[in-house]
Amino acid sequence: MSLFFQVILDGLWAGLLYGLIAAGLSLIWGVMDVLNFAHGDFLMVGMYVSFFLGFLFKADPLVSWVASGIFLFLFGMLTYKLVISRILGKAMAPLLATFGLSMMVKNLVLNRFSPNFRILESTILEGRSFMVGDVIVPLPQFVTSLFALAVLGLLYWMLTRTRFGWAVQATALDGEAARLMGVNTEKIFLLVFGIGGACVGIAGGLLPSYLATHPDVGTLFSLIAFMIVAMGGFGSVPGALVAAVMVGLIESLAGFYIGPVYKYIAVFGIYLVVILIRPKGLFGW
Amino acid sequence: MSGEILLEVKDIRCGYDGVPVIHGVSLEVRSGEIVAIIGANGAGKSTTMRTIAGLMHPLSGVIRFDGADITRTPAYSIVARGLAYVPEARRLFSKLSVRQNLEMGAFTVKDRGEIAARLDRAFQLFPVLKERAGQIAETMSGGEQQMCAIARGLMSNPKLIMLDELSLGLQPSIVEKVLETVVEIRNQGITVLLVEQLVQEALEISDRGYVIQTGAIVHQGTASELLASPEVRKAYMGM
Ligand SMILES: Nc1ncnc2c1ncn2[C@@H]1O[C@H](COP(=O)(O)OP(=O)(O)OP(=O)(O)O)[C@@H](O)[C@H]1O
Ligand SMILES: [Mg+2]
Repeated sequence: MSLFFQVILDGLWAGLLYGLIAAGLSLIWGVMDVLNFAHGDFLMVGMYVSFFLGFLFKADPLVSWVASGIFLFLFGMLTYKLVISRILGKAMAPLLATFGLSMMVKNLVLNRFSPNFRILESTILEGRSFMVGDVIVPLPQFVTSLFALAVLGLLYWMLTRTRFGWAVQATALDGEAARLMGVNTEKIFLLVFGIGGACVGIAGGLLPSYLATHPDVGTLFSLIAFMIVAMGGFGSVPGALVAAVMVGLIESLAGFYIGPVYKYIAVFGIYLVVILIRPKGLFGW
Repeated sequence: MSGEILLEVKDIRCGYDGVPVIHGVSLEVRSGEIVAIIGANGAGKSTTMRTIAGLMHPLSGVIRFDGADITRTPAYSIVARGLAYVPEARRLFSKLSVRQNLEMGAFTVKDRGEIAARLDRAFQLFPVLKERAGQIAETMSGGEQQMCAIARGLMSNPKLIMLDELSLGLQPSIVEKVLETVVEIRNQGITVLLVEQLVQEALEISDRGYVIQTGAIVHQGTASELLASPEVRKAYMGM
């Protein structure tokens, strides 16, 4: 029985991390109908920021997440200003452009920092864990999960309780009507892209505590995040969280009870079934 | 009864993606007036209003409001200057509550007390909205949605409010009620520019009117002149 709980909890930690990564993607899609193909590369950049702060200045990921969050907030806004704002609303153009951005960022990092896997030594959380009964809870994953809940909670609070959040929702629902209310929707788009970047930047900042950094690290996370956003319902932050935890649990259960090589077959299989039954996702409008 | 020129549109030309739709429209609205723009489907009534509201900008021509040139001013600053636009088909924020929709109408106001006071006034004008404050906008009836849209426009405390086809999709008894409200709004000191398909009803509550046809003004005059004009009666009232 304790083995079962171990598998469930491992799945939960993975799921909450996915939720944190997917939240920004979901927000950006919900507000401006843009699928940011470079989202996984934003994560990768966040990891490099955190890794090098640790490697060069001995900063721990528990501190560096602030820097990578801010860095990706700015990087997100820059992406909006230089790329997205010029082509917003032009059919597939934003998707194609962020695809190009993804390739460019990945290859730039590859070129500057080599394909080497980089592991941050002696971080505060490294190798630590605690026990709940017979179940092991690894501290890096646990702390990341707490961050995920805090960031998602904050995001949800901001969207539903603040005037800025209402303006974001209004912009998502009807941009022209929002402008007629006095909302500078251009500024909302800019900030939303920044906030989406910051969420994934925080995830990237924490990850070097337990995951190696390399140029391709964002790719699988990107795929999983796309899947979660589609499954949760495009634009729904709570939907993204629920779908993310589902994915984490399925991955963990299938990986343990069927076999590690089957875990993504199970995950993407169930994704397909969900989309076939509910094309708008579990919480879609 | 009418005062200074509040809104002045001078020879604007507008189009979508380079295709011209408005070919030189001029009009003016004096403070305290109700002015109607009437015309057939596709004549360019909404395009004219959208341009005044700043959702699009004219290819040429000038728009002045309350003494300032607003020709190139973006929509979000125009509302802050006191010119509100209640767009065609209402365009409420469908998934937000009535109350949230109304508060969005006062988005340019920061003072909570002021927002609450305006909310009270909106509820006085449309008591049904008070009962429905927590309801999600899209679940209300067409008439209630139209009231919510007007109230949302009023939340910005405008000097001039533009109302685009209030009667759209409403049954006659509700239309009558909504048009009565328009008169009430004017009596509160807010100038009104409205677009209406129901020409007779619109002119009956208006001071003056403009008739627009394929992007140009073809008639203008006081409401009673237009109501008496055989051409207008024949073309727009089926008489
Ligand atoms: N977004 C758009 N893109 C291209 N053309 C448009 C667009 N909106 C309106 N038009 C065209 O501009 C012309 C004027 O349209 P407009 O909506 O201003 O007319 P209207 O007088 O408000 O008509 P209605 O009574 O049907 O609301 C029409 O020929 C219409 O097809
Ligand atoms: Mg129209």
